[in-house]
Amino acid sequence: MVANRFDISKFPMDSDDAQSRGDRAIVTVLGVDQIGIVAAVATVLAECRVNILDISQTLFGEFFAMNMLVSLKDCTVEMSSLKSRLDEVAETMGLRILVQREDVFRFMHRV
Amino acid sequence: MDISSKEVLETIRMVEMESLDIRTITLGISLRDCAGPSGERTRQRIYDKITRVASRLIEVADSIERDYGIPVINKRISVTPIALVAEPCGENNLTPFAQTMDDAAGAVGVNFIGGFSAIVQKGFTPADKALINSIPSALACTERVCSSVNVASTREGINMDAIRLMGSIIKKTAEATADRDAIGCAKLVVFCNIPEDNPFMAGALHGIGQGDLTVNVGVSGPGVVLKAISGLGNAGFAELIEAIKRTAFKITRVGELVAREAAKRLGAEMGIVDLSLAPTPAVGDSVADIIEAMGIEKCGAPGTTAALAILNDAVKKGGCMATTYVGGLSGAFIPVSEDAGMSEAVAAGALTIEKLEAMTSVCSVGIDMVAIPGDTPETTIAGILADEIAVGVVNNKTTAIRLIPVPGKSAGDTVEFGGLFGKAPVLPVSTFGCSQFVSREGRIPAPLQGVRN
Repeated sequence: MVANRFDISKFPMDSDDAQSRGDRAIVTVLGVDQIGIVAAVATVLAECRVNILDISQTLFGEFFAMNMLVSLKDCTVEMSSLKSRLDEVAETMGLRILVQREDVFRFMHRV
Repeated sequence: MDISSKEVLETIRMVEMESLDIRTITLGISLRDCAGPSGERTRQRIYDKITRVASRLIEVADSIERDYGIPVINKRISVTPIALVAEPCGENNLTPFAQTMDDAAGAVGVNFIGGFSAIVQKGFTPADKALINSIPSALACTERVCSSVNVASTREGINMDAIRLMGSIIKKTAEATADRDAIGCAKLVVFCNIPEDNPFMAGALHGIGQGDLTVNVGVSGPGVVLKAISGLGNAGFAELIEAIKRTAFKITRVGELVAREAAKRLGAEMGIVDLSLAPTPAVGDSVADIIEAMGIEKCGAPGTTAALAILNDAVKKGGCMATTYVGGLSGAFIPVSEDAGMSEAVAAGALTIEKLEAMTSVCSVGIDMVAIPGDTPETTIAGILADEIAVGVVNNKTTAIRLIPVPGKSAGDTVEFGGLFGKAPVLPVSTFGCSQFVSREGRIPAPLQGVRN
């Protein structure tokens, strides 16, 4: 029996830390809930070759909040132009979209 | 995702709604390699070095702001005290050095450059005297230059000759900038125990123990602390202090991240993070508001000094955990004109110069950005300086004093300095004199607190 147990030391416990975090960012979308927010944001990200690693979405009554963890590793545009393209979406749909390097959250909330 | 939505939203709320920002990225530059016997060539070397090493400061600060979504409000430069750099030239008027600093700061796009300074707690060299005597004209003919003079330390005592001289220099600086409500005095700080790595103006300089190029970062965040405690109602002290510490930790972590990143991008050494709570004239970004949120009716009322002591201590305890290298002033600031709540407390008659003096014994600065009547005698100014300096020397802390005797203004008038300097009512000063005391020559020796070996 013991021989078949999974050897915990083989589990990639530190995999998250091992990969470079420097190119990760969090995209935050805030606003009034409506159809097509995720689609619109994801389209811009895909066009810029930004990979979505994780999404979490919450509704507070009529308000919509979404955080996306993304990788900028293969991003084809500068951070500033990514931001301005997302700003266009935000403008059209009456949202606020922020893009911030992930480190800022990790630094503030984790030791 | 190992960061929760709640945490993301908290960070965003702090920036968007509670004025969390990086108050300053200050690049400390050593000018020791610029000194030489020719004033003209020294100034050229100063200009060349500053414009070379700081050429990317603005660009780097902007890129950090863009990448992290944290506003970087000010980009500044501090340099080796000019009295040291100018010493070999033997010139009597050091105003041209201030002009060079101003030009270099303008060329790289920073709004302030600190270090038109002298360190004289024990005595003056000829260059120290020349620098101090040049302060009024230097501050009148430049826009961005800030000046500071360290007149005392806990280890070495108080140079009363320097204090007397600074009483007169403050008056002359006020007169030289009388057409702009004595704005020159807002850029002139008299220090005890001056920190050599302070990123905050007007008292920033790059001390002689520093490396060639250092990034020092000053955080902000009174608005964030205010928000954290204003929801606590009648909570006990433990809960109140815990809330301040947690917030100070978070604010300082952002400073640590920015300091590391700025140093990396500028190819400089990371110096320190200054834990200070630096208010601005913006509504809600006030240290006085925090004191009032603790249950003091108006800043300056009985209880204010205790409340400020709690705040100062909790900020340090929370902040120290968040950064490896703590430095600068690191504590709460109480600049009257720069803090809308302080300014209001003065206008309401709650906050007097004597209460401010008491408050400075438990926070990181001195009587700061206080407008006083223009006809205040220079001996009285020297007396106020001496009192404040004594508070710093005996308590083994920094005191930094900015007094502004506004020509033509009397107690109760309002002065508007504009921008981050804010506005404030002119505070009345005691009309009883101290001229015999401050006219005595020599030094006050170090107190027992300074004899620590």
